[in-house]
Formats: sequence, C-alpha cells, structure tokens
Amino acid sequence: MKPLREIRSRTVVLPAENVDTDQIIPARFLITTSREGLGEGLFADWRYDAQGRPRPDFALNRDGASGAQVLVAGRNFGCGSSREHAVWALQEGGFLAVVSTDFADIFRGNALKNGLVPVVVDEATHARLVESPGTEVVIDIDASTIAFGSRRSSFPLEPFARYCMLNGLDDLGFLLQRAKEIAIFEEGAGPVPWKV
Amino acid sequence: MGERPRTLLDKVWDAHLVSAETEETPGVLYIDLHLIHEVTSPQAFAELRRRGLPVRRPERTVATMDHAIPTRSGPSGRRVPPTGPAAEQVGALERNCADFGIPLFATGDARQGIVHVIGPELGLSRPGLTVVCGDSHTSTHGALGALAFGIGTSEVGHVLATQCLLQRKPKSFAVEFEGTPPAGVTAKDLILALIARIGTGGATGHALEYRGPAIRALSMEGRMTVCNMSIEAGARAGLVGPDDTTYNYLAGRELSPEGEAWDRAVERWQALPSEDGAFFDRVERIDTTTLEPMITWGTSPGMGMPIRGAVPEPDGDASHEKALAYMGLTPGKPLLGQKIDVVFIGSCTNSRMSDLRDAARVLQGRKVADGILALVVPGSEKVKKEAEAEGLDRVFREAGAEWREPGCSMCLAMNDDRLQPGQYAVSTSNRNFEGRQGQGGRTFLASPFTAAASAVKGAVADARELLS
Ligand code: SF4
Repeated sequence: MKPLREIRSRTVVLPAENVDTDQIIPARFLITTSREGLGEGLFADWRYDAQGRPRPDFALNRDGASGAQVLVAGRNFGCGSSREHAVWALQEGGFLAVVSTDFADIFRGNALKNGLVPVVVDEATHARLVESPGTEVVIDIDASTIAFGSRRSSFPLEPFARYCMLNGLDDLGFLLQRAKEIAIFEEGAGPVPWKV
Repeated sequence: MGERPRTLLDKVWDAHLVSAETEETPGVLYIDLHLIHEVTSPQAFAELRRRGLPVRRPERTVATMDHAIPTRSGPSGRRVPPTGPAAEQVGALERNCADFGIPLFATGDARQGIVHVIGPELGLSRPGLTVVCGDSHTSTHGALGALAFGIGTSEVGHVLATQCLLQRKPKSFAVEFEGTPPAGVTAKDLILALIARIGTGGATGHALEYRGPAIRALSMEGRMTVCNMSIEAGARAGLVGPDDTTYNYLAGRELSPEGEAWDRAVERWQALPSEDGAFFDRVERIDTTTLEPMITWGTSPGMGMPIRGAVPEPDGDASHEKALAYMGLTPGKPLLGQKIDVVFIGSCTNSRMSDLRDAARVLQGRKVADGILALVVPGSEKVKKEAEAEGLDRVFREAGAEWREPGCSMCLAMNDDRLQPGQYAVSTSNRNFEGRQGQGGRTFLASPFTAAASAVKGAVADARELLS
C-alpha cells in the first residue's frame, strides 16, 4: 500500500443508490487468481452494452470522466457481496476515493485496507457534489476533510485507518506483532475442538 | 460489581478478544473457524507467499469448492470438470491447501458443498464460536449461535496468517418476530419481510439477533435461511440464541463433540443466550400473524412485497424507477401471473433438505410448465444423498426439473448456469441485483414454495393455492 496524504481531483458522479458490488464488478470477472486486470470489469454492465460498445450516457464514459480519481456515489455504496475485487477494480480504474452519504460495512473495511478512501459526507454536501459533476475537490487524509469551492467538511476516519493510510501500512503487520498475545490466548482456549 | 445482563453478541465477543479495542485501535478478535473457497482466497495465499508466512492454524481452516464449479453431470453421471479460468482457480485452491496443510473438500468428496451449507451440517459451526469466510453470507452460521461474518480477501490473509482480525464491535439490533405465521409463510418470507421493512442499509453497523416465538418455532435450517440474508439488510452478522433445536440439530453430526465432551459443550452453550434485560442498541418488532408469502419485484432485496400485492408506485424515487425499468414492470399491477422463464431452487439460502422437501411437496405429481427451465441444485453432497434417499430427486425429475450437482450455480452466474438477457426467474437465492443471475437477467426472490408453484404455473404463483 502506498502512503496517501492528499487527493486533488475532479469528480465523476454516479448518483445511483445501493450500488452493489455485483454492479461494481460482475461475478464473471472474479474467475481469476490475481488482483490485476480487474479494472476491465469495473461497472462492466453499465459501461458497455451487450455488444461491448461503451454506453455514451454512462457517467464514467462521459467527457471529462477520464483521469478523475474521486467517485461521488449514492447512498449505501458497495452493498452486497464481500468481494474485495470491487475495491481493486475501482483502484485500477484510477479511483483513490469514493464519496457517499454512507457505505456498506464490508466494502468500507475492504476500501480502508487497500487505501481507497471512503468519504462520508452529509446530505447537503453530497447534494452539491451530485449537482456538479467534475467539481475539483481536495481530500486531506490527515485532517480528514473534503473541500471544494468555499465548502469544507470533515469526514469520519478511524485514527488507526488514518495512520495506516498516511504511512502506507496494512493491518497484517500490526497483527503479526501481536503473535505473543495470540499465542497466550490460544493456550487459554485449549485445543481445536474438532478433527477434520 | 453488579452483573449487567449481556447479549449473546457480548458474550461471544468478550470471549474472543485477544486485546480490547481502544479509541485508537480496533480490537484483536480470535477466529475459531475459517472457511475458505476458490474465489476469494487465491490473492490472500499469494500475499502469504509473498511475505513468506505460514498458515497459523491450518486445523482451524476448512476449504471447499462451490462458486465457480459446474453443476452439470456428464454421461458418466459424474460432475463435469471446470474448464478455463475456473479450472485455474480450483487448481490454485488445491495447490494452496496442499502446500499449507489445509483440509479441502473438493468436488467428488462426500463433504463438498456450498461453504455455508457444509459448516453447520458437518457440526463445525457451533454456538459461541467466531466463524469467518471470504463471503458475505457467512452470517448463515449465526443460526447456531455463532458470531459469523463475511470478510474481504485481505482479511482472509490476516486470518490465515494470525487466526485473528482487527475489529470494532458491531452495535446490537434485536428483531422480535412475534406470534405464529400463517400456513405457507416460511423462514424466507420472514427475512424478506424484515428487509422490506428496514431496507438494505437498515442494519449497517449492527449485528442482528433474531428472537421471538416465530424464530423459536423455526427449524435449524429455517433459522439459517433467516440469518443468511442478514447481509441483505446491511448487517454483517445475524444470530439466534442456541436452544434445544440447536442441540438436537448438532447432536451426532460428523464432527460434533461426543460423549462427555458433548455434555460439557451443551453446558457451555446453555449459558450463551442473551439474558433478560440485556441492552440492544435497536429493537424492531414484526407481527408474523399477518404476514404473507413475500416476493421481490425490484433489483435490491429490500424491494419486496406480499405475493398478492401490487408492484409499488415509484413516487418520484429514482432508484425505484430505475429498478422498474430494468425489471420491465408496471407499477400498480400485481406480480401474480407474471410470465417467467426460469426457476432456480438452490443457494446457501434455500438448498437444504427442508427447502427441497417444500419444493417437492408442491411439485409432487405435477409438471413444470412448458418452456420453463427449472433447476434444483442441492446445497451439498450430503443434502444430495439424503434427498435421493428420500426420492426427492425423482419427484423433481418426473416433474421435469433438472437435478444438479451441489454448488452455488445460478445464485451468482459464475459458471454456465445463468439467465439470458431479459429472462425472468423466480429464485430461492438471496440477491436480485441487476445481472446477478446472468447479464440482463431479472430475478424475483421468493421461498421454495413460491418458486416451485411458479414453475408449475409458468408464472409467478401463490403456492398456497396448490398446497391446500
Ligand atoms: S450460494 Fe450464492 S450467496 Fe451463497 S455462497 Fe454461493 S454465491 Fe454466495
């Protein structure tokens, strides 16, 4: 994971609510053993028609969308399956942050673990961003703020997740350091209660 | 200090904390049972290899194949092998399990099946355990009184390497299912009714605990159906306090404790249920006496309605309009009688014996309507064997349905079981998202009763007309 301090980018707006991970990346793209190449499947069924031609009216296909690193999406973004492929696909599609009024739990956790910033904003801020696709925003990880125009609002980011993001660290390192405590816990818990 | 009454969640949580959460850091939660499958594990093993790490507790890890494998059998009567990328994925799982010493129930093994079907049926998922899997329907195992939740692939790696996860405790959410539901209203209808009520994000950040007489009266399998769809309400976990139904279900399972160990286990389990007066962050009450069989009309599991209802008006709601357009439905009209193309009976929601018995009860002596493809996919090899011993496979075949090999199948269209663009299906699975069952496919979620009745009519049907 690369350290991330600040994102400066225009937005792409996908106002649909309850965007589930099957839309972010349909299951047929999950038949892979790698985390690379998933960008191809990003929003595949919305981006392309049955013949594989880009749908011109889809947000990501519009002029000005290419190169945008911030996706503004509707409520309950990332609901459905636990596939981390959804996060990997968004990242491969160039996104560093997703802005919504709320996120599904597993998606949010997966995003944080990969350095994709889930930015939760209030309804009013969200409405302003949805109204004007292509808005230039600045997301400051350390301060946990998103700013555009004269507006600036803070978003919740756990101290631990923030620390990991700023320093490009992941949870595994932290857990591995706890090996001794884990071993003590295991001793107290006794043997595995089954034999497969 | 006076003892504060605790919930089941409190008890399981506290018993698994290696270190408690603080404001700065999440807690370290010990995981008793880690289930893995071919789709969400390869990248986690790759990470382990990259870092030169072993699997900390291979004996606490159990692998199976379910998502990408074909469910067709060839002329020999055996399952056709996967090809192309699916074969690669399955091969990677075999290699990873062999290299890291993890038990694998591969296709052909008598214990293979959908990961959430085999955990309980083998006696692995038990009250009071923490259970995780790289799959959001891990909540299913909560039916046994376990804290069970889905995780992403990075977390699969964390559990493989450390048997632990960094977690913050979810809030608690009690759902009281009151009264006795009318005949023909099943576990699937209870959970669809709840999701329709609270919405797909309604329980985000919470663990649901299902309570009340209607839950007590359910079989273990029915409780699994309810817990299975917790994630569809936004909750990562769904739990039911263990009781005699739980112990009777677990007694004598292949890997269940025996003899003295069993007695000690039951004693421990009996201390688990939420105590009277325990605090829940939220409570919702559902009167089950007035419920009807439920069906979804839209593209999110929260878009549900009673089977005899009318497709609701959008009233300017953009998601609602989008769903109607995708589904090709007119608001204000009933779904009953809506022509369909496919019926899918299966998935970790409804592919157990009781589900197949429900479907067979409707299909017995009847025929699947002309032009309808009806797939019946048992959840595991054990279910398949038991169903065949009972003659259910014959009921299905004679009715004109296809009897398949166990797997996820048309629940997520990763193999070649999928809807064609524009096709309508009544499905006993858990997700009606756009394209979930195949690109352009349109899904009505319902119970095995409703699915079987719809297969007979060739259109969305109310099974109660056929059951009486
Ligand atoms: S049956 Fe469907 S929901 Fe269940 S594990 Fe398989 S793909 Fe997931």
